[in-house]
Amino acid sequence: MRYFNKFLIFVMVNFFAISAHAGWLDLNMTQGVTDISQEVFGLHMLILWICVVIGVIVFGAMFWSILMHRKSKGVKPATFHESTSLEFLWTIVPFVILIGMAVPATKTLIKMYDHSDSEIHIKITGYQWLWQYEYLNSDVAFYSKLSTPYNEIYNKEKKNINYLQEVDNELIVPINKKIRFLLTSNDVLHAWWVPDLALKKDAIPGFINEMSVVINEPGIYRGRCAELCGRHHGFMPIVIKAVEEKEYNEWLANASDKKTSGIAKINK
Amino acid sequence: MSSVVKDTHHEEHPSGIMRWITTTNHKDIGTLYLWFAMIMFFIGGLMALVIRSELFQPGLQFVDPQFFNSMTTMHALVMIFGVVMPAFTGLANWMIPIMIGGPDMALPRMNNWSFWIMPFAFSMLLSTLWMDGGAPAGGWTLYPPLSLQTGDAFPFLIFAIHFMGLSSIMGAINIVATILNMRAPGMTLMKMPLFVWTWLITAFLLIAVMPVLAGGVTMLLTDKFFGTSFFNAAGGGDPVMFQHIFWFFGHPEVYILILPSFGVVSAIIPTFARKPLFGYSSMVYATASIAFLSFIVWAHHMFTVGMPLAGEVFFMFATMLIAVPTGVKVFNWVTTMWKGAMTFETPMLFAIGFIIMFTIGGFSGLMLAITPADFQYHDTYFVVAHFHYVLVPGSIFAIMAACYFWLPKWTGNMYSETLGKAHFWLSTFFVNLTFFPMHFVGLAGMPRRIPDYSLQFADYNMIASIGAFGFGFAQLIFLYLIIKTIKGGVKATDKVWEGAEGLEWTLSSPPPYHSFNTPPVIK
Repeated sequence: MRYFNKFLIFVMVNFFAISAHAGWLDLNMTQGVTDISQEVFGLHMLILWICVVIGVIVFGAMFWSILMHRKSKGVKPATFHESTSLEFLWTIVPFVILIGMAVPATKTLIKMYDHSDSEIHIKITGYQWLWQYEYLNSDVAFYSKLSTPYNEIYNKEKKNINYLQEVDNELIVPINKKIRFLLTSNDVLHAWWVPDLALKKDAIPGFINEMSVVINEPGIYRGRCAELCGRHHGFMPIVIKAVEEKEYNEWLANASDKKTSGIAKINK
Repeated sequence: MSSVVKDTHHEEHPSGIMRWITTTNHKDIGTLYLWFAMIMFFIGGLMALVIRSELFQPGLQFVDPQFFNSMTTMHALVMIFGVVMPAFTGLANWMIPIMIGGPDMALPRMNNWSFWIMPFAFSMLLSTLWMDGGAPAGGWTLYPPLSLQTGDAFPFLIFAIHFMGLSSIMGAINIVATILNMRAPGMTLMKMPLFVWTWLITAFLLIAVMPVLAGGVTMLLTDKFFGTSFFNAAGGGDPVMFQHIFWFFGHPEVYILILPSFGVVSAIIPTFARKPLFGYSSMVYATASIAFLSFIVWAHHMFTVGMPLAGEVFFMFATMLIAVPTGVKVFNWVTTMWKGAMTFETPMLFAIGFIIMFTIGGFSGLMLAITPADFQYHDTYFVVAHFHYVLVPGSIFAIMAACYFWLPKWTGNMYSETLGKAHFWLSTFFVNLTFFPMHFVGLAGMPRRIPDYSLQFADYNMIASIGAFGFGFAQLIFLYLIIKTIKGGVKATDKVWEGAEGLEWTLSSPPPYHSFNTPPVIK
């Protein structure tokens, strides 16, 4: 079963990696840029295909019945109304399928909960309606909020391509390093979500949540607040820029220097 | 002389408005519930159309984001507590006493009260739209601390929920008392129609969880006005505790909204397949298993709150288990259709539509159970698509199927099959046009409850909005058809449908004001 599941995930990931280039990207979950996000994508495709296969069988039987067993065809209705062996069969088979699904899902979940050996620690605080990032091993800390002009939101100007998913200060992180995020909130619940990193967790006032990630590819990844947090819930995006380690270190040193840093730093 | 009076006084009742205010008759109260649900359906529908208008294009066009949040909150409260629950209670009132061969509900005066609380509760809820600070905008789930930021509307919201809960609990107690005490001799539990069975189990769920909701919202009330800190971390409380309490109510509530539909569909499919329901007893056991499981899966609504790993794993497994009894039900319905002699009148169309689209909603539910994947689905339009598939072409379609199925019995007139079929096909087309694209925008990364979105989500949102308006207008056919059928039409026979089985079809159409004053003989 284990190898079968691994094989299935492998097939699905590859199949959809190919289809992705043919326009599937808009219709499906992102594969993301971490090992875990790819596993999550594999689980998503696996369960989707299980559902598709069950659906084809059940709906197939139903449509066959609708076409063939209709009164207008002059059929006489059968009278059978129970079968213990059938009932037994369709209780056991779904149960076995579910176990096959639960095993790989649990494995991925265990990996997601492993925050050991993290090298970089960043505290994220949600506010109505912006984010605050604090690099815990340095003195760098800043707010990050929506930078889309109001004229675009109120349809007075043409909307740019990153409409509602652009911020004044991006969160800069290095690739290939394990980053641990500590998440909390200053007012109401928020949720910090970046689909490409398969990270989503609630920011809860008075409590600290934890999540970790290793990003494989440099790039700009965009996310949003995912928990209703009031009037501007739809207007507090997340932009995270993953760069090479060297570039990250330079940026951090520069950001730490109040004179040259372009970001509006918070005095800690 | 006195014997003449005695013979006729049973049919007597006040006329005009007093008939409806003072009635203790299960048929009258059933009718009241159903009309109440119908009115609320259009009010909640208008709110949905405000939402879909704003989401037609990116940018803010029509409403303020705060009012948008009020609309999503109120749409949910109205549709859940004002449409689906009263509609099923209305069906229960009309059909359960007849189906079990009893003369009326066990507690007829309380029955009157259960209904008449509802218009007051909803007047109070809807009045908040005109209050300072606007209607509740923290989502129907009322998560603190956000829900505590509600303005003047807050106490009205809480008391409205208390009243709705009171009404539901009284209705549920009445249904349990009726089913357990009012059955005709010979109507053993395992001979009851499945609609009665599913409602018996639903009523127990209601009695179990509505007080939990009432307790939860009362704690919100004291947090806001009386200085307690149940959900305030600064005072030693925990905002997540509210979510546990809410979903301990909320998940059984989901089954309260769907179990009676299983009963409706289990009545309709055998009638039009002209073949007995397959696996009656397994249907009963499956319903009971679903009800039991509904108490141990609540935290799957909260996979992202940061529960410990063991908690996540437990709730994932328990949630996946629900697929087993639910699957049994679907397989039983398909096998009931198998080798039948089917015809496709409007109730049958709605019932088949229910099975197919409810199953699609079940599939996305199974996907949502997979915790690691749920981190990507949670609070996105994928979830919105999922629960609308089980609630609209699920619960609502089942309610409509029931209306078409029993309307000739209730009114004594046949409805227009042409209009009914037009209603079905338009509803089915538009409901899919509305909700299927929501799977895609959700997977692509669009969160729920936002009034504006980035450009990559534009196309599917436009399609969904068009679908929503089409679905809304298609419901006017339903309203017109019902009024037309009440006013007149081809007279219905007592049996109405060729394959009809059950006590309701042994009565005249429409049935006498008081039926089964002497219990029928059960074979």
